[in-house]
This record gives sequence, C-alpha cells and structure tokens, in this order.
Amino acid sequence: MASSETAVAAGQRARGLAPFLRSQMRNIAPFLTLIFLSGFFAFASPSFATLDNLGNILTQVSVTGIIAVGLTFVILCAEIDLSIASIANVTGIAVAYFTLQESYVNIPNIPLPGAAAILMAILLCAALGLVNALGLTVIGIPSFIMTLAMMQIAAGISAMLVRGQIAYKVPGLITTLGSGSIGGIPWIVIVAAIMLLGGHLVLTYTRFGRYVYMVGGNREAAEYSGLNVKLILGAVMVISAVCSGIGGMLGVAHFGSAQQNEFDTYLLDSIAAVVVGGTSLFGGRGGIGNTIVGLFVLGVLNNGLDHVNIDSFLKILIRGLILLAALVINVYAQRLREKAVD
Amino acid sequence: MREDRSPILELQGITKSFGGVEALRGVDFALHPGEIHGLVGENGAGKSTLMKIIAGVHSEFSGRFLIDGKETHFRSARDAHAAGIAMVHQELSVAPDLTVAENVFLGNQPTNRLGLVQWRRMAREAGEQLARFGIDVDPMSRLGDLPIGLQQLIEIARVLFSGARIVILDEPTSALSPPEVERLFATLRRLREEGTAIVFISHFIEDILLVSDMVTVFRNGRKVAETPSTATSKGALIEAMIGRGGEALEHSYSDDLMLPQPSDSSVILKVDQLSLARSLKDISFEARAGEVLGIYGFMGCGQQELSRILFGKLQPDSGTLAVGGTPKTFASTAAARRAGVALVPESRRAMLFHQEPVYKNISISILDRISSLLLKPAQERDIAQRQVEQLQIRPPVVGLDLGMLSGGNQQKVALAKWLTYPPKLLVLCEPTRGMDVGAKNDVINIVRDLRAKGLAIIVLSTEPETVLSLADRILVLKRGALVREFKNEPVSKDRLLEAA
Repeated sequence: MASSETAVAAGQRARGLAPFLRSQMRNIAPFLTLIFLSGFFAFASPSFATLDNLGNILTQVSVTGIIAVGLTFVILCAEIDLSIASIANVTGIAVAYFTLQESYVNIPNIPLPGAAAILMAILLCAALGLVNALGLTVIGIPSFIMTLAMMQIAAGISAMLVRGQIAYKVPGLITTLGSGSIGGIPWIVIVAAIMLLGGHLVLTYTRFGRYVYMVGGNREAAEYSGLNVKLILGAVMVISAVCSGIGGMLGVAHFGSAQQNEFDTYLLDSIAAVVVGGTSLFGGRGGIGNTIVGLFVLGVLNNGLDHVNIDSFLKILIRGLILLAALVINVYAQRLREKAVD
Repeated sequence: MREDRSPILELQGITKSFGGVEALRGVDFALHPGEIHGLVGENGAGKSTLMKIIAGVHSEFSGRFLIDGKETHFRSARDAHAAGIAMVHQELSVAPDLTVAENVFLGNQPTNRLGLVQWRRMAREAGEQLARFGIDVDPMSRLGDLPIGLQQLIEIARVLFSGARIVILDEPTSALSPPEVERLFATLRRLREEGTAIVFISHFIEDILLVSDMVTVFRNGRKVAETPSTATSKGALIEAMIGRGGEALEHSYSDDLMLPQPSDSSVILKVDQLSLARSLKDISFEARAGEVLGIYGFMGCGQQELSRILFGKLQPDSGTLAVGGTPKTFASTAAARRAGVALVPESRRAMLFHQEPVYKNISISILDRISSLLLKPAQERDIAQRQVEQLQIRPPVVGLDLGMLSGGNQQKVALAKWLTYPPKLLVLCEPTRGMDVGAKNDVINIVRDLRAKGLAIIVLSTEPETVLSLADRILVLKRGALVREFKNEPVSKDRLLEAA
C-alpha cells in the first residue's frame, strides 16, 4: 500500500511542481505574506526585530487567538459567527459582575466566590452559543443573520449589566491568567497557545474534527452519509461562543477594566486572522495552523505599523486593503485547488 | 386538415453529435399548422435534442432547417422565440416569489407611457387568460404558494398564450393530476383549431395517442416510425421504441425474463400507506432479506421522493416505515443510518467529497464504529484498501483525492461507503446510470453479492434495463402510485413500459 502510494505521489510530482504549488496556494500565500511583512518592518525600523517586540506581538494577538480558535471551527463548516466580539464582551463583564467590586464602582452587582463567578460567566457564553446553535439548526436562520442578532443581544446584556459604568475587579485566577506572567512569559500567551494546540488536536485527531471538515467540504454529502449535520453545526456554534467567552474574560483582566464596546475591534480581527491564514470561506479547507499564520500576519502588521512613522489614520485603511487582498487570494486558492483536482 | 397546408416547419437530414457521439443521425421532421405532433422514444433516443435544435438552444448541427419554406438558422433561443417558437422545458422554470400575473407576463409586462407597470391591467388580463385555460386563481397571489401542478399549468399557459405559432411541450404531464391533464388537452385542442402547431413529448403513450394527430418514434438518434395516431396502438409504438429484433444492442431485454419465486425470508422493510403531497399516494410494500426489489417508473413518478423518505431526508405527510422494529418515520438521515438503512443517491456529487481522499470518503459512514473519540487513520486506510480491492476500484490508491477517479469508480466508492458494516436495507438510485458496460457489470455483480449476504436491496431506476438486470421482484410506480407488481412471472422491457 505504502509503495503504491509513493508511486502515485511521485506521479503527481512528475506532472510538475506547478500544479502541486497551485493546490497548496492557500497555505503558501499567507506564509509569503508573513515573511514579506516581517522583512519589510525589520528593514524599516530597528526596534521591530527584537525579542522584546516578539513578546509584544505574541501578547497583542493572544485574545484574538483565543477567540479565533472557535471561529476556525465555524468557518470550516462554511458558517460565520458575527457575535464573537459581543459574546467576549458580555462574558468579560459577567465575570466582573459576579465579583466584589471596590466601593466607588456604582454597579448593583451580585458578588460570588471566584470559581462560581467564572462558572456563571462560562454558562452565560455557552447559553448564548446554544441560542445561536438552535437558531441556525432548528429554526433555520442563516448564521450570518442569527449571529448578527446575537451580536446585538449580547451587547444589550452587557449594557444592562454595567449600565454605563466600568468594573475593575475579576476573580484572582482570571487576573493571573489575563495579566500575570510566569518565567517572563505572559500567562495569556500560554493560554492562547494551549487553546490553539487543543483546537488543532481536536480538528486533526478526533472524529468530531473529521466531521467538521466533511460537513464543511460538502454538507449534502455529509447528510447522505448519515451524519447528524445539525448536531455538528450546533456544536461549532457553542464552541465558538465559549472560546469567545474565555477570550473575553482574559481580555478584561488584560485591559484591567470591564466596560461596554471594549471588544469591538476583535470581530474584524478574528475573522481576518482566520481568513488571512487561508481557511476557506467555503468550508472544508484550512485549520488552526492557518489561523496561527493569520494571527501572526495581523499581529506583525498592527505592531509593525506602530514602529514605522505612518499616519495613524492611514493604518486603518492599510489593514482594510490587506484584508481585501487576503480575501481575493482565499477565493482564488479555492478555484485553483478545484482545477488541480479536476 | 394537414394535407391542404404546407409545413410551417421542416427539417431535413438533421445530424447532431456531442463529443463524437451522434445524438441524431439524418432525421427528417415536418410540422404543419393546426397539428399536434407526438414524439416518443426512450431516454437518450434524441427527442429532446431535436426539440432543442428547433428551439434554438443547440445552434451547431448539420442539415436543412426551413420555416415557412425558407431556410433559417437560429443562433440562440432568442432567435427562435422571435420566429414564434416557444418551448416548455421538462424542469419547471417559473419565478416562485413573483405573483401569478407577473409570471404570466414575465418579460413583457404591460406598461404605461412612463414605463411603469400597469398592475391592474396585468392582473385582469392574466386572470382572463388563465380562465380560458380553466385555471381559477387570484392573479395577485404568490406563485410559489400554489401546488406544483398548478404552477406547471401556469407555466404552460404562459407559453401557450405568448402568441407562438409553434409550441413544444417536453413532458408536460408528469406533475399533473388527471383532471389537470384533461384541462391541458382541452386547451391544446383549442389552440390546434386556431392553427397553432404543437409538439408534444411524453413517456405516457396513452396521453400521446389521446391528444396527438401524428406520432413520431425515435430510437438511437434515428426516426424509426411516423404514423397518424389513429393508425397505431400502444403496443406497436413500444415495439418501435425498443426495436424488437432490430439493431443489436448490448442486451436489449426485449425477450421475456422469468422472475424467480418470491422469497419468503424475513421482512426487513415494511412501508405502510406512505403519502407525500403530490408526489406519492398511499405507497405500501415490503422488502425482504436476500431480495432485490426493483422500482421502475418514468422521470418524476415519485421515485426520488420515495428514496429520500426511506433514508430520512424527507418527511412524508402520512404513512410509516418499519425497519425491523416498530412503524415510524426517520427524522434525520442519522436516524435512518442507525436503524440500518443506507442510500446511494442518483447523483454522485450529492454523496461524495471530491476534494478528500478516497479512504475518507469510504470511512465517513462508519467512523463511529471504529473510533469513539480519536480517529484511527491506519485502520481507516486498511478498511478502505480492502474495499478498493474487493470492488476493483481503479487506481487502487486510497490516498488519492476522489475527484481524480473516473465516474464509474466514483460510483463504486459511493457503494463502498456502506459495505464495511453492511446495512440491513440498501437503497440504490440509478446505480448504473452513465456507466460503461464494464463498470455496469461490476456494479451488477456487487449487488448480487450483497443479496447473497442477506441484505434487502431496493433499486430505483427510470431505465428498464437497470431494473431488469438486477431485480427479483419489480414494482411499477406511476404518477406517485404503485400500479403493478411483477413477481414469479415473465417480464420484459415492453411489459414494463406498458405498465408504467
């Protein structure tokens, strides 16, 4: 078996390197982008290519990374979750809401022990994810619209909880994981790394992970293979919400405060990280590895633009253009791969 | 009526090929004003190709094409339309979200001088037109809310009243109920009196004989008979269609084939009074272990819906299924699979993952049996390798992307998915469609092996050969109802066609 496969692999190679490269376009392009951007900023600014700055970049992408783990599952299924940033926000606020605040914070909250506060926050984001899941699978609302509504609902709950105020205290465990460090390495980077690794292992080595890819690759075929497609879609929506919630709690500790609209930029950043990394918007192709590359592309871009002298308003435009370029590559990569297979 | 007028349309020596395969070979065809001309022939005999040439869909062909005695060449369907030729295609092509009136006037709504649509006039005229057709609906209701048969009638009405001089109807009656068919025929006769020339294609030979003046029979791209419908019979037409004693086919199944004594092994599937909207009416039958049950019927007879209900993809309006246990229906395909039902649909695209390797395609349906949490890729590959060798899938490389295999080999992969842990009931839709002879024989042998292992197998097909080559017992499905059962008796292609 092994020998015949090598023979065919050799045969595929013999047909030329070009088709192979074309079929791998989605993995190669983000890497080239990353190398190009890193090289450019290292050349343009002496303070960019330092070990300290690498640490900065890692810390800066951690919250996005945690949220992007769950979003990768969703996009692999050819769905979308627009409520991630709102759910992150409400979960961060909730964990503070259930923690005793200083007397000057004027929020009528419910202080609980730390573990209970964390549990309540996790339950909240899981419940919101479950609502997304039911809307998508049972009622049949497209995920784009369902999560758009959830984005508003979660923002509404956030507003009701803090009522325009700012809370500062979160349970000790969250404070440590969000803003502490061990041996010079921030805990938040470690948590992000563990979650990304966990996501990768689930997608690559478990039955559920295979189902995610198959549902994303051809949903009709998955159904005709007797898979419970709705259960899988529902599960990825809950996974996405819980990852967002964890990102939100650590983010609140990292920023040192819990307030409304704190995570607004994370919606675009997380989607951008997944898509720039090369995970197909049509589902079934890509993975956590791609998301990690995408996170670095985004992190290097955001960080590097701070190191070079550039109009801070122009930065926003540049990010938009890079995202557009990534989308173009994403769609082309899909077409090239289809051609390579046919 | 026709002798005193010259033909409105005349085709001479039409030949058309697709990629080296001749679909039409030197066909002559003439159509006169005030004539209803019926066309019959098997799937792929060339009827639809000829009609698409007339309607300007195919513009590349050889032969002479005359309208009113003048040589013409249509470059597009639009040219044909301008010349007064209109066609109703087999597949419904309406805009379900628009109103009935908008559909009737699609593309030429009445407008006032400012170019604004005159809604009231449009609704009134649409209502009048449909009333002439015996259709009584509110012209302002949404078309998609009406039953499919009514939608089809409205589409036909739109074409009939578009002022066309030549109207082509491709299988217009397959979704219609008997009274609706009557209404359609009455309208066709009225249009004939007004001088319209009508071509009527149908698998339902009774319909053809009832409504048409002339009948033309096609076989293998040739016109093999043309006769006034009063001078022929259903039997004679079927004989002309399948060509008894005619050209040597691979195996024509024109001779009687003896079906075996029905098996008395245990009942695996019991279907009780299944009904689904307009597609299925009161279907009841049983499938037994070690038996291949063939279900034959024309396109649109309800086969597809039946197979989907058996696999939990569609829910019936009423009726139950019982696989081993208590009567119920399957809420999902996952539930059907758990109960031991497997389906191979007619479209490979619908059940295979083209960008994934062969072994993942084979293992997808059995993953939960070989792994609880973690995947076991080595075992998956072993299982796939065994299936690939057993079914002689070429090339025998389980790591290859499925899309690189030929169609016949893909079809075998679709079967292989279900064979590692064989189901109790295997439902196959069109298992040999579009295959070459070798692949067909392979599939036939696989199915016979499975029968020997005691599976209950249901084969649904619109091709009589497929059913005849596989089935021990044959049910005939006609317009959603089971009309005939063949068992322990001689059966042949023309007997099947006769029944359907």
